[in-house]
Amino acid sequence: MRDITLGQFVAGNSVIHRLDPRTKIGMMILYIAMTFLVKKIWFLSIPFAYLIIELILSGISLRYILNSLKPVRFLLILMFILNLFFTKGEDVWLDLGFWKLTGEAFLQSCFLTLRIILLVAGASMLTLTTSPIALTDGLEKLLSPLKVFHFPAHELAMMMTIALRFVPTLMDESDKIRNAQMSRGADFESGNIFKRGKSMIPILIPLFVSSFRKADELAIAMESRCYHGGEGRTRMHQLKFRLIDLYAILITLAFLAAMIVTLILL
Amino acid sequence: MIRFDHVTFQYEKADSPALKDVCLSIAQGEFIAVVGHNGSGKSTLAKHINGLLVPTEGTVTVCGMRTDDENNLLKIRQNIGMAFQNPDNQLVTTVVEEDVAFGPENLGIDPKEIRVRVDEALKAVGMTDYAEYAVHHLSGGQKQRIAIAGILALKPQVLVLDEASAMLDPSGRIELLETVHRLHDSGMTVVMVTQYMEETTGCDRIVVMKGGCVLLDDTPQEVFRHTDLLLESNLVPPETVIVRDSLKSLGYSIPDDVLTAKQLAEALCPSK
Repeated sequence: MRDITLGQFVAGNSVIHRLDPRTKIGMMILYIAMTFLVKKIWFLSIPFAYLIIELILSGISLRYILNSLKPVRFLLILMFILNLFFTKGEDVWLDLGFWKLTGEAFLQSCFLTLRIILLVAGASMLTLTTSPIALTDGLEKLLSPLKVFHFPAHELAMMMTIALRFVPTLMDESDKIRNAQMSRGADFESGNIFKRGKSMIPILIPLFVSSFRKADELAIAMESRCYHGGEGRTRMHQLKFRLIDLYAILITLAFLAAMIVTLILL
Repeated sequence: MIRFDHVTFQYEKADSPALKDVCLSIAQGEFIAVVGHNGSGKSTLAKHINGLLVPTEGTVTVCGMRTDDENNLLKIRQNIGMAFQNPDNQLVTTVVEEDVAFGPENLGIDPKEIRVRVDEALKAVGMTDYAEYAVHHLSGGQKQRIAIAGILALKPQVLVLDEASAMLDPSGRIELLETVHRLHDSGMTVVMVTQYMEETTGCDRIVVMKGGCVLLDDTPQEVFRHTDLLLESNLVPPETVIVRDSLKSLGYSIPDDVLTAKQLAEALCPSK
């Protein structure tokens, strides 16, 4: 429990890792746009090529990408099957009377499933190569122009920072409470799903109470250290937009442009 | 530097005041221990020093600024660094150096200057090697030293410790106390609120609180002459003082100003 890595960040020192978090967020948005622009299955090769290049440059093992697809595997299978059923087509491969398997349906199923896979894999490239702290900093900076419209960019970033800071602390705490309740005879392992869910209450309530106390003490400590909101606050670690960030954005834009060209030409 | 002028403070919904007509002044460079049993008002006293609490009656003045004027608070908190009991609940960010930088960042200091301050602060508490560690991998004593580094980075004139050692194990407590004494030697004014009497022998002055009032305010030598008064307020004097007093009651002649184990040993075996 103590060595939990937050999010799914894999520490490294590759070109991709060293990019400004803002650049990486921008790259991901462009990549998603690119993937959504694809209309024919063969053109998925463009975002696919982009992803492969990013993966090789980042030095992240393919295993992490596959792991990130695990939680959506049922969605993928469901999508694949539903599209087989509901896509109309001419090229009949198999006729069962009530339902025909057509070539078009198969192609459409593959297309939509692959697109989701590419989207999820691309998004996880961001969280795999960017530490949660850097991500928070990047988001704060990117959202800060919205402050004009009273958007709480700093507050949001501070909340994320504190949440990240307290995840391990609360994990430890819930472990302690669990052990304390178990030593008093609480049973967390047996019974059906409802019974087990109910048995979590003696853990959750003390955890909530202690979180509120922690929040209170933390607020006092922050106030003592001159915290007074985001106004006039500086940061020790400044985000720097370097030449390499410019290249990364330009390359991504080139891929997007290629995508748009294929759309126009075909 | 810090002046309490007839301060009375009552918490909302409380029956009796937590501080009653407290007068106290603390000079620059002093090392003061504030001791007292639970509910004696010692923590309330500490929270008045940096304006977390404002007196119901009377005034607290810090470096010439009154704490009940909201415009002074940021300046006051910059000068009065405060460390709290629970090491976990006062660290804000995940990485050690980022946490130390939190205070100066709030003051809007130039990033380069913050870097310098963070490195100095970490050096002052002997945690330079841990700059890039995740906070939750540290021991309690180390966390408390990081909390102090975070305060030092604000360059305060006074360090207030509000029972900062209470949740530490014995080695963590020694670690913390050594750090605080080292800071005092380099010129820091220290106000240490504690329940542990043995931590107070090295101080310049001890303030004993009881029921919201100042019971004693004197040098350790004088305070530990009144062991009966301390026991009456549910405070246990350091073991060395207990041994000294029991030996005295048996008729041995031992000077009254013996406080530490070393002094006691010298008084007992003067030959060495």
